[in-house]
Amino acid sequence: MQALLHQILSGLANGGIYASVALALVMIYQSTHHVNYAQGEMAMFSTYFAWTLIDAGVPYWGAFFLTILFSFGLGVLIERVILRPVANAPVLSVVVVFIGLLVILNSLAGWIYSYMIKSFPSPFPNDAWYGSAYMSPHEVGMIGVTLAVLLLVFLFFRFTPLGLAMRAAAQNPVSSRLVGIRVGWMLAIGWGLAGAVGSVAGMMAAPVLYLDPNMMTGVVLYGFAAALLGGIDNPWGAAFGGFIVGVMENIAGAYVVGTELKLTVALVIIIGVLIVKPSGLFGRVLVQRV
Amino acid sequence: MTALLETRQLDAAYGPSRVLHAVDLVVEEGGITALLGANGAGKTTLLRSLCNMMCRRSGEIRFDGKPIDRLQTEEIVRLGIAHVPDGRGTFVDLTVEENLRLGAYTRRDRRAVAEDFERVYGYFPRLKERRRQQAGTLSGGEQQMLAISRALMLRPRLLLLDEPSFGLAPIIVKDIFRILGAINREERVSMLLVEQNAKIALSLADHAYLLETGRIVMGGAASVIADDDAVRRAYLGY
Repeated sequence: MQALLHQILSGLANGGIYASVALALVMIYQSTHHVNYAQGEMAMFSTYFAWTLIDAGVPYWGAFFLTILFSFGLGVLIERVILRPVANAPVLSVVVVFIGLLVILNSLAGWIYSYMIKSFPSPFPNDAWYGSAYMSPHEVGMIGVTLAVLLLVFLFFRFTPLGLAMRAAAQNPVSSRLVGIRVGWMLAIGWGLAGAVGSVAGMMAAPVLYLDPNMMTGVVLYGFAAALLGGIDNPWGAAFGGFIVGVMENIAGAYVVGTELKLTVALVIIIGVLIVKPSGLFGRVLVQRV
Repeated sequence: MTALLETRQLDAAYGPSRVLHAVDLVVEEGGITALLGANGAGKTTLLRSLCNMMCRRSGEIRFDGKPIDRLQTEEIVRLGIAHVPDGRGTFVDLTVEENLRLGAYTRRDRRAVAEDFERVYGYFPRLKERRRQQAGTLSGGEQQMLAISRALMLRPRLLLLDEPSFGLAPIIVKDIFRILGAINREERVSMLLVEQNAKIALSLADHAYLLETGRIVMGGAASVIADDDAVRRAYLGY
């Protein structure tokens, strides 16, 4: 029983990472209807940036927030420079661009930092009071950081004029232009935010997974599974899906398939959702009179 | 009266198919100009080409004396041209209030925006009752009211209206046109009104143009157009 509880709680902690990745995926999907396959590599690259800062002596939280800014800028830049030219291209062209981006970021990180595995510090000390037999302080911190990110993103979209404009631009670009919204910039800012959210996931995952250019490959698969399970057009569903996937992964790994086959759980979820309920658990039903 | 909006030799096309041919049109400051024509004449395209929306165009467009033909849609809107598009263009997933707030997106004068909320709720009290409701759940008439209100939230100098009567019950059409008249009188908002319902359009407008297969075939005072025999037979039905 205690072991089960431990599996569930640490699954929730991993789930926080998947939730952040899924949220980043959904943010881009909602405004462009593209799934950003390079989301994980962007997060990995951001984490290397954080590692460089920390290695140079910047205090952890300083590096943390600088990395978020850097990742925002990187996201905006990628949208403006790489995706803008293919904005009206067929979907397969865009997919190829995403895969190219994935490979480029991956090799760039390997070229700059080498493929040697690096350790990455956790900001949550091992003997902190919020640790327990069930959850390490880092796991508790991971959940806390994820919830803080979700709350901030929610407040931004719900209560700020820019957030409202971004929702409008995602829903109805033509009408958005007619009220004076610069839709192109809204897409770029959306990419920036997705990059920033992803970077938090990368920095939280790195102390557990260790930093190397392929660190996010598995995580992003769970992120896809989470986004699909929750509903790829619903950010809160996707985040919720992240926590569910985290718990399912741990329980299946401990009691069903064994840890070696854990990653298959993500694939089973993806295929299962696509067969049984393609819109996901919370896929939005649009109410509209015609 | 001075010209607020003026086009010269305006052509427009979707891909290879030309829709407008050398359109010369003037909307006077403070006036209501009606643009009449049958289905497919190019009325909607004319409004779209003014806002640089969804079509290619060439020719000259001046707003308040300055050329606007090279500007992007969002920059044209920021000059004070509000467009109520065909199909109304409401944000169906957002609430009524959020739709209106988006209408004022480019404005920074918060106090005046708050006053304008009350002003448009004054014109359309139904919207106030439904301000927390998803716009997609409104009736057709209410959506049209919302589209007009959203355009007014920009504090526009020129309002482009694309068939505000489309698909609505006659009693609601009458209501909406009465309010449009009041907005024009009280706030000096100039309007370019595209309509198939020529009778009600001519009763509101002071000037009118007739568009046939992409060309302006007649233009002048609304009363003169309304008395023209050919127009009466073709568009007014008597």
